[in-house]
Amino acid sequence: MALSSWKELPIGTIITEPGNAREFKTGDWRSQRPIWDSEKCIHCLFCFIYCPDSSIKVNEEGKMTGIDLDYCKGCGICAEECPKEAIHMEIEKR
Amino acid sequence: MPIRALTGNEAMAEAMRQINPDVVAAYPITPATEIVQLFASFVADGCVDTEFVTVESEHSAIAACIGASGAGARVMTSTSSQGLALMHELLYVAAGLRAPIVICEVNRTLSSPINIHCDHSDTMGSREAGWIQIFAEDAQEAYDLTLQAIKISEEVLLPIMISTDAFIISHCMQRVDMLEDSEVQKFIGPYKAAYSLFDKTITIGPLDLQDYYFEHKRQEIEAMWKTAPVIEKVAQEFASKFGRSYGLFEAYKTEDAEQVIVACGSTCGTTRVVIDNLREKGIKIGLLKLYAMRPFPHQKLKEVLSKAKLITVLDRSVSMSTMGGPVYIELRSALYDAPKHPLLVDYIYGLGGRDIDMDQITDIALKGEQIIKDNKVEKPVQYVGLRE
Ligand code: SF4
Ligand code: SF4
Repeated sequence: MALSSWKELPIGTIITEPGNAREFKTGDWRSQRPIWDSEKCIHCLFCFIYCPDSSIKVNEEGKMTGIDLDYCKGCGICAEECPKEAIHMEIEKR
Repeated sequence: MPIRALTGNEAMAEAMRQINPDVVAAYPITPATEIVQLFASFVADGCVDTEFVTVESEHSAIAACIGASGAGARVMTSTSSQGLALMHELLYVAAGLRAPIVICEVNRTLSSPINIHCDHSDTMGSREAGWIQIFAEDAQEAYDLTLQAIKISEEVLLPIMISTDAFIISHCMQRVDMLEDSEVQKFIGPYKAAYSLFDKTITIGPLDLQDYYFEHKRQEIEAMWKTAPVIEKVAQEFASKFGRSYGLFEAYKTEDAEQVIVACGSTCGTTRVVIDNLREKGIKIGLLKLYAMRPFPHQKLKEVLSKAKLITVLDRSVSMSTMGGPVYIELRSALYDAPKHPLLVDYIYGLGGRDIDMDQITDIALKGEQIIKDNKVEKPVQYVGLRE
């Protein structure tokens, strides 16, 4: 989402549409990015339990399917806790 | 038009009655108490339609005003000194939310030491809060400027405080030429908020971090830039309808003046008499009465003041920068890139309500004449009426 200039914004920090917190991607300040290796993953879901931002994606069969980078803040807890080293952290490039 | 004998406080309360704001939330404080006390009786007597909110502190008073403004109401309050200080954090909130709230303020010093009398410390202490700040010289001006404040504030969407000097104006009875109620209503017109919590679903005051805060501050600065011409426009409309002139400042006999005294508030009345007396003796001296402290009319002042040889500033508050009072510091800065630099001298006076009289101002003016002759300022910042 491109950020508006001061000339375009509604004045006084007023938010004119309801429910647009959905558009606020809290992961945009991440400095490190978790990389998931599906080959090594045993789907124990430790990462899912530990992730403070509910950014581990799990399907209906209870399998881990990836990481939601819109909201992942790059804290690295998942990489630390994974018993199989199936997640490692890399520097975020923008 | 009705002519009344009113104190500064009564004049402001009468202006508030005629404005008939939707909401007034207030907490009493000496010397501004009477303003809301009188207004409360207007509410009790059914003279206004205002929702009057009595609160437990000035912090709550301004908070209630901000909420009401968010709901689209025309909102006013009144305070002074410690009351304004207690409002301090919310003054910034009101300005940031661009809530056009009007405060009838009475300039009183700040503790400590505790003192209830006049100086400009309270108002000057809020000068970076994002509020438009206008100083009134007397009860008539307090009345007229309160009416203009509504229009100025609602056009630029910045809150505004109109101030009078504690006791000297707030409690002194003067002749006030009032407008008819209907004329006031016609002049201020109805208020329609750009956004209101009642119109559609909006959010007011959300978290605003590194990605947007700066932009919103820039908008606020822009609004302050746009305020100076709006103050002048509203003043012109007021003058054309009711015959009394206002604006960013009043230049009195400055045209050919070698020395210009700059002051704000009630001391301008005393100074004007001194100017007239000295003019009779052939001294080329004038007065520049500053109405607007925020926005500071630096561009216009540069034009008017850079022709003089000496600018003598009377400051009724101090800045702890140790560089003089706030008016002097701002003026010095404004004149920095003027084509011609006048000499500049600052006199701190009247702290804690200490009187300043004609003899003292005459003395300051005559010292100024000597400075012009010597073409040299020995002591840029001095104190008037202080026991050394
Ligand atoms: S890095 Fe932190 S926030 Fe991102 S998925 Fe792993 S635990 Fe969650
Ligand atoms: S903790 Fe490691 S092994 Fe367990 S589900 Fe997450 S990525 Fe897979």
